[in-house]
Amino acid sequence: MSIISVQNLIYEYVRTLEDGSTRKYRAIDGVSFDIEAGSFVAIIGRNGSGKSTLAKNLNGLLVPDEGRVLIDGMDTADDDLIWDIRSRIAMVFQNPDNQIVSSIIEDDVAFGPENLGIEPDEIRRRVDEALNAVGMYEHRMKGAHMLSGGQKQRVAIAGALAMRPDCIIFDEPTAMLDPKGRSQVMHIIKQLNAEGITAILITHFMEEAQEADRIIVMKDGSVYSDSTPEEFFADREKIKGAGMAMPPAVDLRERIADRGVDIPEEIMTGETLVDYIVEQVK
Amino acid sequence: MAIEVKNISYTYSPGLPGETLALDDVSFEIEDGQICGIIGHTGSGKSTLLQTLNGLIKPSQGSITIDGDCITDGSTKLVEIRKKVGLVFQYPEYQLFEETVAKDVAFGPKNLGLEHDEIDRRVREAIELVGLDYDSICEKSPFELSGGQKRRVAIAGVIAMNPKILILDEPTAGLDPGAHADVIRMVRNIHEELGIIIILVSHNMTDIANISDKVIVVNKAKIVADGTAREVFSRREFLQSMGLDVPPVIDIMHTLETRVEGFHSVAINADEAADEICTLLKQKK
Repeated sequence: MSIISVQNLIYEYVRTLEDGSTRKYRAIDGVSFDIEAGSFVAIIGRNGSGKSTLAKNLNGLLVPDEGRVLIDGMDTADDDLIWDIRSRIAMVFQNPDNQIVSSIIEDDVAFGPENLGIEPDEIRRRVDEALNAVGMYEHRMKGAHMLSGGQKQRVAIAGALAMRPDCIIFDEPTAMLDPKGRSQVMHIIKQLNAEGITAILITHFMEEAQEADRIIVMKDGSVYSDSTPEEFFADREKIKGAGMAMPPAVDLRERIADRGVDIPEEIMTGETLVDYIVEQVK
Repeated sequence: MAIEVKNISYTYSPGLPGETLALDDVSFEIEDGQICGIIGHTGSGKSTLLQTLNGLIKPSQGSITIDGDCITDGSTKLVEIRKKVGLVFQYPEYQLFEETVAKDVAFGPKNLGLEHDEIDRRVREAIELVGLDYDSICEKSPFELSGGQKRRVAIAGVIAMNPKILILDEPTAGLDPGAHADVIRMVRNIHEELGIIIILVSHNMTDIANISDKVIVVNKAKIVADGTAREVFSRREFLQSMGLDVPPVIDIMHTLETRVEGFHSVAINADEAADEICTLLKQKK
């Protein structure tokens, strides 16, 4: 069953020029796809390819100029449904400092449910549950300024979780994090997905995209490729055409193959590469 | 010796409840023409360290000598330090403000009171040096450019000041793989052309391993490792213990070492790793 259905979506920004006239700039140019409930989908593409605009169209932060976006059958253009839609599809953004609104961690996580008008007891329950899910419960009384970037992102994810969403869109959540922060956030995304939450991850890190079930590649406002990570990363031309790169293990495998050594194309990860080599040299 | 940092310490909010020791007895040297990578987790003290190097922060103890001039004892004017040390902050494109690319890059040199011709020459050279075509881009608004181009224009603005030392704080953060590769190529090119010291702060361990002559590791306000990229990245557990990591390729090679008896890797990049793996596979066949 699909949780999100994007149907021939067109979205245009209007830019005002110096002489006062306006010019339309098409950021999304006729995009269609469905996202299965419970899946883990990565969206990749160059800066300016339309990824973030697309993401904002998926929870009604932006509304299509043409075409439509349906969330569980609800049209994002319908003003009466917008709160219902946003409580189902949560978003986590890139900069941890731009999305924490309260000075105390647990207040911040409570912000969303409070605005939904939920009972205090229920809010307490949701906040505790969300903070536990991201491993930040013990920090709940701390000030946001005392946290590292990775911890702040986990709090932002807890804030999204407290809304009890069916799906979370992560827009480059690890771009500003150090290696430990990155791996913690990726771990939580995979864990939440394993528990049934649909995860949509926009990223510039190929090794993160590789973790998804499916990769949608955007180029110039259109879908350039839509396949499994295995299919996409096996196609050098396609990777190049999209302005993307190979994940490190795939890149290493290619370099080995370029040296005239036989190595199976199915090898995509560090683990499978090491396993293969160990098997060969036994 | 181009940069000599001796026993510097710095405390934020001394005497207040929020008192934090940000640098604790830090010493290191960077030689002429080196690319020095600095790694450390968020909050380790990296940014404070960078700010002491161009005089934005004055260490409470210790000394910093650049090109033989001490910048911490008050004998060197701040404006001289800033001319010598160009600091490019994270997301520098947010600081672009002029109507055209050329004007934006010219802003710094203009403030130095340089001759008109000299300014033009520097602007052209700086724009070309960051890998952009001067003639096609100089009259454009910076805001019409792509993210990666904007960032390179911002870096050109610092290069036009003719710094002896260029400090880049996370120059590839948030860029797509193509723009990322362009920026790394640009860093190499600047280094080749100008031969100046470049200090690169990054969370991307692959970039640090690929382009640094030396790597400094900052943890809890102290320098905990200082050596070649090969030396520093041979210590996987040590780096992981402080929230850092080795580049993915080196991680693969470390894992291979633990699984294949007698195999030892000294690879620092994907090419060296591929060579070692090929040798290993051929040997055993």
